[in-house]
Amino acid sequence: MSSEIAPPAAGQQAAPHVPAGDAGPRPPLWHRALRWETGLVVVLVAALVFGSSESATFASQTTLFYAGINIGYIAIMALPMTLIVVTGEIDLSVASMLGLSGAVLGDLWHHGWSIWPAVLVALAVGAVGGSLNGLLVTKLGLPSIAVTIGTLTLFRGVAEILLGSQTIPTASDRPFPSWLTNIGVVPVSGTELSYTTVIFIGLAVVCGVALHATPLGRAMFAAGLQSEAARFAGIRVARMKFWLYVFSGIICAFAGILLAAQNSSVSYNAGFGLELNVVAIVLLGGVSIFGGRGTILGVVLSVAIVGSLQMALTQMNIDPNVQQIVIGGLLLISVVLPGLSRGARWLGTRPGSLRSGHKPPWALSVRHRL
Amino acid sequence: MKRINNPGIRTARRQLAVVLVALLITGLAGSALAACSSSSSSSSSSSTGTTGGSSASPTSTGIKKGLVVYFIPKDTQNPYEVLADQGGAKALGELGGKVVVSSGTVDTAAAQIPSIQAAIQAHANAIVIAGNDPKALCPSLNQAASAGIKILAFDSDVNCGSAPNHLFINQADTQTIGTSEVDILAKEINKTGQIAILSAAASATNQNSWIVYMKQELTKYPNMHLVKIVYGNDDPATSLTVLLGLLSAYPNLRGIISPTTVGIQAAAQYLNTHKSLLSKIVLTGLGLPSQMKPYVLDGTVKEFELWNPSNLGYLAGYAAAALASGTTSLATGATFKAGSLGSFTVLAPSGATGPSVVLGPPTVFTAANVAQFNF
Repeated sequence: MSSEIAPPAAGQQAAPHVPAGDAGPRPPLWHRALRWETGLVVVLVAALVFGSSESATFASQTTLFYAGINIGYIAIMALPMTLIVVTGEIDLSVASMLGLSGAVLGDLWHHGWSIWPAVLVALAVGAVGGSLNGLLVTKLGLPSIAVTIGTLTLFRGVAEILLGSQTIPTASDRPFPSWLTNIGVVPVSGTELSYTTVIFIGLAVVCGVALHATPLGRAMFAAGLQSEAARFAGIRVARMKFWLYVFSGIICAFAGILLAAQNSSVSYNAGFGLELNVVAIVLLGGVSIFGGRGTILGVVLSVAIVGSLQMALTQMNIDPNVQQIVIGGLLLISVVLPGLSRGARWLGTRPGSLRSGHKPPWALSVRHRL
Repeated sequence: MKRINNPGIRTARRQLAVVLVALLITGLAGSALAACSSSSSSSSSSSTGTTGGSSASPTSTGIKKGLVVYFIPKDTQNPYEVLADQGGAKALGELGGKVVVSSGTVDTAAAQIPSIQAAIQAHANAIVIAGNDPKALCPSLNQAASAGIKILAFDSDVNCGSAPNHLFINQADTQTIGTSEVDILAKEINKTGQIAILSAAASATNQNSWIVYMKQELTKYPNMHLVKIVYGNDDPATSLTVLLGLLSAYPNLRGIISPTTVGIQAAAQYLNTHKSLLSKIVLTGLGLPSQMKPYVLDGTVKEFELWNPSNLGYLAGYAAAALASGTTSLATGATFKAGSLGSFTVLAPSGATGPSVVLGPPTVFTAANVAQFNF
């Protein structure tokens, strides 16, 4: 419940069928404007201003293209992750699935398959891997963090068995078709956007509509807020989570194919460790790790912030460890700040609660205020 | 905030969150922003390296002033490549140019791509890269080449064919490195027994080409059996983990070759604290004299080898400057001067290796000479 610096009424907006919110009067406009996304916009603008002032080459279309190349395929994986986290689960196997899909594509290509059948099989492997996660989480009721840490190593292991130390195409293989590998070097015609950026935007619109404007999306929020209540309200929580894992598997496999095309090659360690970047982007985007809160807009803004900060810091020759500290710091702030604001809001909106024995959500701030 | 009525669910979620945040923080500290990358800039002309005096006149050879060369190592922490980068900075310092060192914190191609992009945007004159992957960097390097940047590889070659054409600064003849390590081990274990290789990343070009020649050389020793190649990813902890797996899977192991400075140090450290293993297992490979000195002096490791990484970077720096100034080319037989190291000739492409220059044969370090080297 860390997503929005918003009054309790915002909870209603997210999940109106869940009888969880105070049906108080509508808060003032300034209060409603104080959303998590507003904060992200401020940080993004600050990052852009900072980049432009510190690096002569930052404010250029090339930077936009390069940022898309560097973060696009990671950002794509953040979208299904957002939906999964909203339902209160997590998928840590995303980057390994990316690697496995690339490995399958490369192995088939190495054995003389043509590109389309190889791509289809790689996507199918994504669906199978995703349904494995989904089955273990929903049918066996295992915790998703444990299941997906397991499949994280499983998928990467299979990828390593398939390719070993080879980078495909090897010297004796055909190169990947150039129309495919061009997505790593040529922007979408008429723009300076990388193909991965355009695909990310398209997918973000689809996910945004699904999450915020359909009964399915409401069901996701409901499942994340109160799984049992959602189930009693007639939502097939398990089935929905299962299909979300399948969706995540397919999208991550797709990201693996995009990365293979961008790099003109695959090796088993593609995307190693990126699951943490994906989770970081989603949490910075204001999606609550407890489930039930979050917006696609926040995640899109978070992608833009991480992407532009990375470009700016790289162009400025900042040590990469410092870059990690910056991003890590942002992430911590994104976890702590909503707690602070909840504490303040709780004081502001429920003046009598302290005496009635309700524990404040952020106890320290309350004690401080007392 | 609304109270969740079921305290069980709430506690479970809390625990989940705590675990996850802990995971994230660990990850971010260690490796999270793999795509993040960057650098430190240096334009030193100090004589801290081991390459001898800076007596070469920077003006005599038609080398342009103010050249900017991006050195992109596998990652920014690898001590071996830090020395090579310093050698490069020394070379460019002598020539009135500048070296920018830029890379990521993890050994992946994706972590190096932003550095290549930064070099393009900074209009660098040359890029000297140690490839984490033979192919995945090619599209970006080709973009850099189209922007007029000269491409060189050192330590670990990239395999891009003609897109882009590049010069490989070879630390030593690839074949000699592979065969000599097997010969050293054969001598020490009496040409008999199970052996294993502790390598870096499974996709590292240099490691794999040495291993090819090791396997070839092993056919000369019918009683030596290569039972396993394990990959420590140039990370001490990972190297130790795979080493322990190796030792438990093959209790009769007689020898380990670790052709990476990180791997051999991790293995030496472990053997040093487990004397019972030390009597059975012989360790050799490529190591830094400064790191390996205690283990050689106390007998944990008898012999290992390496070339001078500082000289390698120094040679790469001079080659980059000569290419960027147009005073040499990738044509077979083209020559250039490399300061205190003398003159070098571009060799013809052979096999997967394109045009290259070779620094020289590796030095074998033993208890007798290890103290004389300070890198």
